[in-house]
Formats: sequence, C-alpha cells, structure tokens
Amino acid sequence: MQTPTTSDPRFLRAPPRRGLALSWRDPTLRAIFWQVVILGLVGLGAWWLVENTMRNLEVRKIATGFGFLQREAGLPIGESLIPYSPADTYFRALTVGVLNTLRVAIIGAVLATILGTIVGIARLSKNWLVAKCAAVYVEVLRDLPLLLQLLFWYALLQGLPGPRQALNLFGSVYLSNRGINFPWIEWQDAHSAALLALSVGAVATWGLSRLFTARQMATGVRPRLWPWAIVLLVGLPVGAWWAMGAPFAINRPVLRGFNFRGGGTITPEFAALLFGLVLYTAAFIAEIVRAGILAVHQGQWEAAAALGLTRGQQLRLVILPQALRVIIPPMTSQYLNITKNSSLAVAIGYQDIVSIANTTINQTGQAIEGIAIIMMVYLTISLTISLFMNWYNARMALKER
Amino acid sequence: MTPPSAEAATLGSASAIDRRRPSFAIGPIAWLRANLFSSWLSTAVTLALAYVLVSWTLSFVNWAVVNAIWDVPGTGQQVDTSACRAARGEGACWALIGEKYRFILFGLYPFDEQWRPALVVVIFVALYVISAMRRFWRKELALIWLVALSVIGVLMWGGVFGLPAVEQERWGGLVITLILATFGIAFAFPLSILVALGRRQTSMPAVKALCVVYIELIRGVPLISLLFMASVMFPLFLPEGMNIDKLLRAQIAIILFAGAYLAEVVRGGLQAIPKGQYEAADALGLTYWQKTGLIILPQALKISIPPLVNTFIGMFKDTSLVLIIGIFDLLNTAKTSVIEPAWQGFGVEAYLFVAAIYFVFCFAMSKYSQDLERELDKGRKR
Repeated sequence: MQTPTTSDPRFLRAPPRRGLALSWRDPTLRAIFWQVVILGLVGLGAWWLVENTMRNLEVRKIATGFGFLQREAGLPIGESLIPYSPADTYFRALTVGVLNTLRVAIIGAVLATILGTIVGIARLSKNWLVAKCAAVYVEVLRDLPLLLQLLFWYALLQGLPGPRQALNLFGSVYLSNRGINFPWIEWQDAHSAALLALSVGAVATWGLSRLFTARQMATGVRPRLWPWAIVLLVGLPVGAWWAMGAPFAINRPVLRGFNFRGGGTITPEFAALLFGLVLYTAAFIAEIVRAGILAVHQGQWEAAAALGLTRGQQLRLVILPQALRVIIPPMTSQYLNITKNSSLAVAIGYQDIVSIANTTINQTGQAIEGIAIIMMVYLTISLTISLFMNWYNARMALKER
Repeated sequence: MTPPSAEAATLGSASAIDRRRPSFAIGPIAWLRANLFSSWLSTAVTLALAYVLVSWTLSFVNWAVVNAIWDVPGTGQQVDTSACRAARGEGACWALIGEKYRFILFGLYPFDEQWRPALVVVIFVALYVISAMRRFWRKELALIWLVALSVIGVLMWGGVFGLPAVEQERWGGLVITLILATFGIAFAFPLSILVALGRRQTSMPAVKALCVVYIELIRGVPLISLLFMASVMFPLFLPEGMNIDKLLRAQIAIILFAGAYLAEVVRGGLQAIPKGQYEAADALGLTYWQKTGLIILPQALKISIPPLVNTFIGMFKDTSLVLIIGIFDLLNTAKTSVIEPAWQGFGVEAYLFVAAIYFVFCFAMSKYSQDLERELDKGRKR
C-alpha cells in the first residue's frame, strides 16, 4: 500500500489525521459509546446475579470456598485407577473422577478413530454390500440421541443373566449382568518393565523410521525397517521380561458366592459407556474420513494406479496423507465431543468427574464450587486437545513455498 | 478374462473390443459381478457379510415378531406380565408399548385431555413442514410461528375456552422434547446471529472479547454441566421470592448452549461473504443495520443453512439430556415406564420404541438438509 518509495504523488501525502471529534458522527466515538453501554449492561447483570447469590448463600447458610476438598468424602467409588477408599478426601475422589473421564475418553477416541476410519473407507468401497452396510450404520447411529443409545446398551447388559448363569465365551470369559470377566496375567514388575521397554522400542522405531526416510531422500534407497522394528518392538520387551525372571501366571475369574473373583473385570457401566461412545462417534468420524477422501482429486487415484500401486497402497501412500489435511480439523472437534459426551456417564452410573462432582454437590450443598470444578476440568481438557491438534495440524499442513 | 469394471458394464455393448457374452457386460448378472463379486477378496467379504446380515435379521425377526408377546392379561396395577417374563431373551414384550404408549408419549398429562398434547405434536410437525418449504420462506412465516406457538401454549396450559387448566408439572413425553427443541432453536437462532455479528466487530474489541468468551466457554463444557447449573445453581442467582420452574431453567440452558454452537455456524457463513459486498453496501451509504440486514445476512444465512440444519439435529438429540436433571421428556418417560416391578427389565423394548420416534424426526431433517444442500449448490454451479 503506502510505502515511501511510491512514485504516485497521490500517495505521498499522508492521509488527514483527524482527532476525536465530539460528535455522534464520529465512528470511533460511537464505537466507544456502544462498548461502554454493552459492557455496562453486562456488568450490571453480572453484579445483580452475584449480589443475589451472595444474599441467598447467606440466607441458606451455605458455606463457600474450596475448604471442603480436604474433608473426608465418604462416598464409595466402584472403579478407580488409583487406590481409593471412602475415607479419602473429596479432592482425591474428584481426582479419581477426572482419571475415569480421561480413561473412557482416551480409549474411546482411539477405538472410535479406528472404527470410524474403517467404516468411512467401507462406505466408499466398490463392493455394493459393504458400502450399503456402512451407509446404514452411519445414518442410523447418527440420528439417535447418544443418551438413548447408552441407556439401550446398559439395559441390554443389565438383561444378561446373573453371574451364576453367566454366558461363557472362549472357555473362561464370562458375560453376566455384573460385567465382563476375563483371564488376565498376574501383574508384576517384570510386566511393567516389559511395557516400558515396549514404549522405548516404539520411540526408537519411530526415530529410526524418520532416519531411514531421510536416507531415502538422500540416496533414493530406503533401508529395510522391519528387521529393526521386530528387534525393537518384540525383542526388547521380551528381553526385559526374560531378564526379570519371566514370571507368567494367569489369573482366571472364578465364581465365588454371588460374583466373580480374580481376573480382569470390565464393569457393565464402563462397557455400556465405551460401547455407546465409540459406536456413536465412529459414525461421525466415518463421515469426516469419507469427505476427506472424496476431497482428494480423482487424478491422484489415477496417478497412483499408473505407478502400479495396489489399491491399499494407493490409499495408504497417496490418498490418506492428502486427505488427512482435510480430516484433522473436524476430527479435533470429534475428540472434544467424545470427551464432553463422556459426561453422560452420570445417567448410567459410571463414576466420572460429573457424577462424582454431582454427589459432592449433594453431600456438601456447595453447588457453585462443584460446577466450577466440572467446568474447569472440561475447559482444561478441551484447551489441551485443541492445542495438541492445532500443533499436529500445523505439522501436517501443506508446506507452501 | 478380466472382471468387468463399472465402465465396461455401461459401455460394454457399444465397445468394439468387448466380445463378452452380453449378459456378462450389462444387466443384473454384470451388476452383481461388478459390485459384489469383482475379486476373490470382494466375494469372500460379500459372502461373510451376507451370512452375518441374514443370521442377524433372522434372529431379530424371531425376537421382534415371531416370539414376541403382543398382549398380556390385565391392566394397570393388576397386569400379569408372566408371559413376557417366560419369553424373556427369546421374544420381545411389545405388550409394554401397548400398555404404556400413552404414558411414553404424553407423560402424566390428564388421560382424558391427552388429545391436546397430541394436537400440539401435530401442530409442531406441520410447523416444521411449512418452515421447510422454500415457498414459505418470507416474512409471513414469522407470523405463522407466532400464531402456532400461542395456540400450542393455550392447548398445553388450558384454563381458557373451556379447556381445563393443566399445571406444567404434569406435562411430559414427546411434547416436552418438541417444546425444548423448538423454543430452544427459535430463541437461540436470533441470539446466535447477534453473537456472530459481535464476534466480527474489529472496531469494538470489548464486544468482540465478550462474544469470544461466551462462545468458547459454552463450547468448552458439556451440556450437562449447564443443565446442572440450571437445576442447582440458577435458584441461587435469583432474588428471594422469584422462582422459575425447572422446565424453563432447562430451556434457558439449552438456548444458551445452542446459541454458542449456532453462532459459530453463522460466523462461518459471514466469513464466506466477499469483502466487496461490505464495501458495496458502504458505498450505497447504508447504515450498519441496513447493510447487515439487507445485504450481508441474507447471503450469509443462505450459505449456512445446511450446517444450521445439522446443528438443529444435534440440538434435537441433545434435548434428551434433560433426563439427567429429572425432566420428563420422551426418553425419560420411556425410562420411567419400566420402573414398575411388573415391567422391570423390558427397557430394551421401550428404548426401541422411542428410538423409532427420534429416528423419524432426525432422519427427515438430515435428508432435508442433504436435499437442500444439493438444491442450493445448483444455484452456485452454473
């Protein structure tokens, strides 16, 4: 626009600088006036609400402040990732709730992504039956309220026979109205070490893969990755496990009295919530994936086919990397949705943060603090996911010169 | 022989190279070969899927039709559901729906007056259908809405024209769902337009900041937290003696929630309007509200209709969350209908019944949105 080097004489003159005229015609003044009016009204409304709340709290003799967090909660929690007993504080109870929310949200997001991608690709399949099945799945699941689906799955699980008549799958997996009981290894330090070794191996494999890609870029030949991957991903964990004495004992669920003991358990609440969330969100993710793939130009498929790639290779090497740019932004909101939707757990009795905060409100009567905690937790999670996905999006974005 | 591709199937007979039997190139057999059995893998997938589908369909038909119990002796408290209990797992208990459909649809509304909520549902549906037709998209539509909503209010509350008054605590079922969704959208939509316009005010940073905070705050938290706020915190906000009933509080929470989501959709539409349109309106000497009302909004809203309808579908489904704070919407009446000991354990049947109702509404809206999108695209792609 206006640079000192412009030769056009019209631009040499600086635009007239007008001071703030004390007139209704001055847009700056008008803007300031309206902002003051709107902020004033909002401020007045807020003050009125706060004033009322203060008086009400006083009248009803409700305590304020977060002091209750240090008191003994005395509320039982069915499933917890960290050791917890009703004698612990409210703070610990709420922490358990946050962890339960994160557990179902993270597992749900991973499973929904996998299922959604499969269904989205299936909807574009050349096989008519596969495409139609995927379409029906998406249309039906998308058009029913999630809460209805959760209650439905929960009712279905509650309708299973009791532990004594539990359905038996694959020998020692039991399906009953108390949940799913399955054999699980006796967890020891060696297993933790193996898990740690696996994650180290995964990071190392990823680094190696990037190194080999760099080599491929430089020399045109890609060194073989898979022998290294096997060593790092299988050899390392097994080695760690072996070095620690190779403990291995299977803990099978056994019927004792009215319920199963031992083994791993998935409660019906968690199962219904996870199942419902994954099926529902996958329907939306499928549509996002489908739209993303359709957004890639047809010529890309043809060019990939002309290079002699199989259809799977075309999809994996050529189409998906380009589709990802379209897919990631809406996917972010799906991950946010699955986290927020996990709050419906309260309806079927899975103790997530909303459920535990709700009980806390009922026990202490401190509604404002309880709801503030719920909102802070979700805002923090939302913000974290947004930041991470923005970073990932920026990394995947088209590098333009 | 190479398997016929889709193009070969349509061009087959015309192509000079194609010397296959005509029945392999066109017609149903060719279609089957191209779309179901094009390769070994495709054939295997088709057969496996067909097997699963057929076996599922058969067992579902067995459960829902063949072995289903359609009627049980007795009604009310004296009902005898032993036939349903005996068939449990093998057959559906549709007797539950026969016994409870009035409760599921209309809640505790007085039995003899239930034609009123039924009529209200019909009016709502007619209102939706009229609003969906493009030939009715003009100013008079607002008047139709106003009249229809007043009629609905009269019918539901009663107390005039010889209709017995019915207090709001007794409303329930489908009507509540429709009221929450319709009023929610009717009030959230104007709110969202204001917020979206405020969100784009670069010359008023304070207003813009206010709108951003509202949108991001609401979109960052789940609807349940707002509903909890409405049910337990709202009474604290009001001065003593002033009391708003629970339904209205939930309605306000839904309006605030929907407003933030709709505002983002409207903002998308506003952003898509080229700058030239703003400048042209300024050049004509229009004031801000003339410019917005006559030039910008008509174009921006037209672009955002399909995503708006999708948000409406989301809101319609989300009204079911009021169950958690104890309002008797369609889902809650279904849940409550199986609380009586006699009917305990038949939740699946009740949920399938209301699922069908939700599905009809949402599917109609989603089909409409897709058709509209195609229709509106036609105008742009010349």
